[in-house]
Amino acid sequence: MLSGSRVELSRPVSDEIRKTTCYMCACRCGIDVHLKDGKIRYIEGNRDHPVNRGVLCAKGSAGIMQHYAPARLKAPMLRTGPRGSGEFREISWDEALSLATDWLGDVRRTDPRKLAFFTGRDQSQSLTGYWAQQFGTPNYAAHGGFCSVNMAAAGIMTLGGAFWEFGSPDWDRTKLFILFGVAEDHDSNPIKIGISKVKQRGARFVSVNPVRTGYSAIADNWIGIRPGTDGLLILALVHELLKARKIDVDYIVRYSNASWLVIDAPGSADHGLFARDGEGRPQIHETVTGLIVPHGTRGARPALSGRFTLPDGRFAIPSFQLLAEEYLDPKYAPETVAAETGVPAETIRGLAAEIARVAFEQVIEVPQPWTDMNGERHDSFIGRPVSFHAMRGISAHSNGFQTARALHMLQVLIGAVDCPGAFRFEPPYPKPVDEHPKPHGRAEHFGSSQPLSGPHLGFPRGPEDLLVDEEGRPTRIDKAFSWEAPIAAHGLMHMVIANAHAGDPYPVDVLFLYMANMAWNSSMNTAGVIRMLEDKELETGEYRIPKIIYSDAYYSEMVAYADLVLPDTTYLERYDCISLLDRPITEPDAVQDAIRWPVVEPDRDVRAFQSVLLDLGARLRLPGFADHLGKPLYRDYADYIVRHERRPGIGPLAGFRGSEGEKTGRGAANPDQLRRYIENGSFFSAHIPPEAQFMKHANRAYQDFAVRMGFFDTPQPVIFQLYSEILQKFWLSAEGVREPVAPEAHRERILKAFTPLPSWYRPLEEDGIDRAAFPYHAITQRPMAMYHSWGSMNAWLRQIHTSNPLYVPGVICDEVGLQDGDWAWVISHHGRIKVQIARSDAVNRDTMWTWNAIGKRGGTWGLDPGAPEARKGFLVNHLIHELLPPKGDGMRWSNSDPVTGQAAWYDLRVRIEKAEPGEASEPRFPSIANDAEAPNELRYGQEWSQ
Amino acid sequence: MTSLPALPTPKKLGLVIDLDVCVGCHACVVSCKEWNTGGYGSALSDQQPYGADVSGAWLNRIHTFEIMPESGEVVGEAGEARIVHFPKSCLHCEEAPCVTVCPTGASYKRLDDGIVLVDEEKCIGCGLCAWACPYGAREMDLAAGVMKKCTLCIDRIYNETLEEVDRVPACVRTCPSNARHFGDLADPDSDVSRMVAVRGGIDLMPEQGTRPVNKYLPPRPRKPLAAGTSSLPKAENTDDAKGFLAWLDGMLDRI
Repeated sequence: MLSGSRVELSRPVSDEIRKTTCYMCACRCGIDVHLKDGKIRYIEGNRDHPVNRGVLCAKGSAGIMQHYAPARLKAPMLRTGPRGSGEFREISWDEALSLATDWLGDVRRTDPRKLAFFTGRDQSQSLTGYWAQQFGTPNYAAHGGFCSVNMAAAGIMTLGGAFWEFGSPDWDRTKLFILFGVAEDHDSNPIKIGISKVKQRGARFVSVNPVRTGYSAIADNWIGIRPGTDGLLILALVHELLKARKIDVDYIVRYSNASWLVIDAPGSADHGLFARDGEGRPQIHETVTGLIVPHGTRGARPALSGRFTLPDGRFAIPSFQLLAEEYLDPKYAPETVAAETGVPAETIRGLAAEIARVAFEQVIEVPQPWTDMNGERHDSFIGRPVSFHAMRGISAHSNGFQTARALHMLQVLIGAVDCPGAFRFEPPYPKPVDEHPKPHGRAEHFGSSQPLSGPHLGFPRGPEDLLVDEEGRPTRIDKAFSWEAPIAAHGLMHMVIANAHAGDPYPVDVLFLYMANMAWNSSMNTAGVIRMLEDKELETGEYRIPKIIYSDAYYSEMVAYADLVLPDTTYLERYDCISLLDRPITEPDAVQDAIRWPVVEPDRDVRAFQSVLLDLGARLRLPGFADHLGKPLYRDYADYIVRHERRPGIGPLAGFRGSEGEKTGRGAANPDQLRRYIENGSFFSAHIPPEAQFMKHANRAYQDFAVRMGFFDTPQPVIFQLYSEILQKFWLSAEGVREPVAPEAHRERILKAFTPLPSWYRPLEEDGIDRAAFPYHAITQRPMAMYHSWGSMNAWLRQIHTSNPLYVPGVICDEVGLQDGDWAWVISHHGRIKVQIARSDAVNRDTMWTWNAIGKRGGTWGLDPGAPEARKGFLVNHLIHELLPPKGDGMRWSNSDPVTGQAAWYDLRVRIEKAEPGEASEPRFPSIANDAEAPNELRYGQEWSQ
Repeated sequence: MTSLPALPTPKKLGLVIDLDVCVGCHACVVSCKEWNTGGYGSALSDQQPYGADVSGAWLNRIHTFEIMPESGEVVGEAGEARIVHFPKSCLHCEEAPCVTVCPTGASYKRLDDGIVLVDEEKCIGCGLCAWACPYGAREMDLAAGVMKKCTLCIDRIYNETLEEVDRVPACVRTCPSNARHFGDLADPDSDVSRMVAVRGGIDLMPEQGTRPVNKYLPPRPRKPLAAGTSSLPKAENTDDAKGFLAWLDGMLDRI
């Protein structure tokens, strides 16, 4: 046989490589886009990029099919038929923007609350938030409220930083990695690279997840926990570690508030608050002198237990004693929690033993001297190489905030935060709660034609910072920062449509959404939300939610419910900045940010949403967007990225600042900045000095570095808050002993959820329904090859997940008489769906699950109405109500975490019954008319075939 | 009928796939499709790409199995179902039945590196090779009417316009969990051969007598969190917080 001669072996791949940043998910990998004959030939991972180091996932490699998908919107559209009909006419951008300006301008003049502006896919929050603030509506947030605010809020309130994008396991050093449920379509390449390193090094990988797919499939140990009980498991681990004395006492004394004295005066307004001196400094009991002195007093040896008399005669106890007493209680013993969690006691003991063994017997040392904030010099960084990572699996429960708090407490107790081998902070984190703004949105914060007086989102320090009126009623449309969701740091996007429809707390005039599929997979109670969007006022015949402006790149279900559609570009046609002011791509050892730039030009009449927002801002003459004559301050988003300054010298991008591009972090705007980024592969990376790389919360060199970079203007060290005074303030309000006093109807919920030490309670839906009538859990998982709903319009990705069966544990199948391929009714307190099942045993025995957001509505996403996604695919959203079942008092609370308002997607309880065989899942919805022209066959790249 | 090389090929280029770290993410699957649809031979077509009965030609697919280890098979895992993600593409067999069955000489095994290829100009799309392959590793391209299969990215691995580090198959270059390795399995000192030796790499369906070049590394033995081996010492007086706080005082004295 011939060899070689039949094949051309060295054909050049492409004419040109353009390096930009992927946006097939939130991972933000560097990509090399190969262009040939003006078309995209190939997209591969950028080997120099710090996020993905050359690798790329299925989604990233399918970017070609995302870019050329027939579902792309082509031009601005104005609705002509009824909402949901899909009847539109194309209009010019000028007409679209004039109309939007009229609608928004009216609202701004008359009552700025009547605009609700919420963004889904949002990595430009520093722009969208700024725009909303200048507009002056109190009703702005991104989608964190239905994503992972529990994780963010608990992390920031406990450690000053969270998992997810603000920290990372020390993949190169960890010896025990414990992963709680994460969305496997997010941050996926770093996690895959990391898990592989851990396993190939022989370190242990433990996965706590009801479902054994994806990462869990390769875990050394899989703990198939019952959903919503992770907090109880974690507190049992804490119980075991305390009992075995396996805690790092030195670490908690130095870096946490364990020694801070807690006032012991039950029934008084400051019971359970920290004893403070006249300057507000928390007090400790010094054991050598027996004096009460401020925390941080040099040379002080604080007590961690005892009952001491304060100068004012009251008693106080170190917070750590309260912690020890709480978690040594037998209610947290492994035997006690085994039944509730579904995890055998011996597994819990074994895990605790392994944590203790690795943390205290496998200590590692990085021989790098450093100086702490007290000026004490240390010879090296001591590492307790136990690392954790978690996200939605614990976050999307109504007890998720306290569960995340519990996990962070466990990390602190074993001395495994930001040390070698543990979870490590990524700049600009850690950042103490006090460096975050308080929320703005009370009546005194806004008014006609004026900006909001401060940022919308932040952290209340106590009930006095809530956004409520004098009667305690919410001032925001989503009721964020009200008694119903006091620490709703990311807002409650999942409640906006329901509240606006109900006029509770008030109706809105314009609903303005960006890439959030609220008419489908991003809403609970999807059918109900569709009805709310379609509902009209009896008297006027006008829609209850009168005007909906929506921007998206693709024909999603939500497009069909918009009145005015502003078509966005694909990720390859736009500028973006992945900014330190927003959700950066930093790593524990380096400060990093990145850009996107138009590597191909749009071939349709579409505009990048961020540029459109700047244009609207100028047309509305918002401060910061137009000068006093109304002239736009920025040409487009690229211009804004380069020239906008949030504080002097601090702009969206940290790299290549200064007139010569020589400055990092702080520096004048550089007109050449974007070119410098592009030349550098579309990212910027500045190494953190070795002395500053660990213990950032207490490291002098890091704090100085952070000030130089412009994260802060003065050092902001963090003391880990094992005991939360903020939560205790709410608790006291609910007790009725501290002003402002919580309204009666809210007290029970607050007393249960706002414990100052991490706690566990049953998820609220499970607690509120008849458990016997709904004995099982139903949850979703994220397939690695899809990102939310944004994969089904992709010809390649949809072949991997064309429809989604419901995976049902074998024991349930046997009980109910179900076999693989049967159809079944799944029933919740709210609704029922008919779906096809598949039997599985690699799952918690009480839990059924399916892939997230594969089900589509007929006619959307450029798909044939008969596509399997629309016929057999389904959403569990139909089973989940945005409100909890009514209780005795007739009140219905939002189906959310009572602390943060995080949507409790995973609290769902169901039963299952065999159904008649079917052809299609139920409920069914009429198809949406869509004239997208889709080819019957694709031969992508045929012109290049040899 | 087509002949295989008479002598063992001097090189046996192939893949080593590590089932211990494959998470089933499909990165290799899509990168393969993306590279090859614009590369060797005709495009990898998709039929009804946005329709009710979508299908397409792929050179690499991941199969997901759920298995229930029986007692004793895997320590600590008996009776606990597990998921195995199993990537599968052409294994470039030494005794490739797809080659010998080919009536036109389109399917052939290269003499110098053992890569099995299809010469699409000679392929008549009869499908005999797909029928003969026990692994189901070949797929007919319905638009071109020719058989498609893994080429080991022959237009990458020898491509002098690429940097040397990139002269590996697309699936190997892109794999985020480092589960795919490329090299010469005829060379006992190559990285891939060593990996196979150390990890006990296996042939897929050896009873078929195809002598596949590609190897699979089985999952490493797992280490149970067995309570019996618990190293957690039980301190005295653990009934309540008192004993703990006394211990704590002692610890504080030592700091």
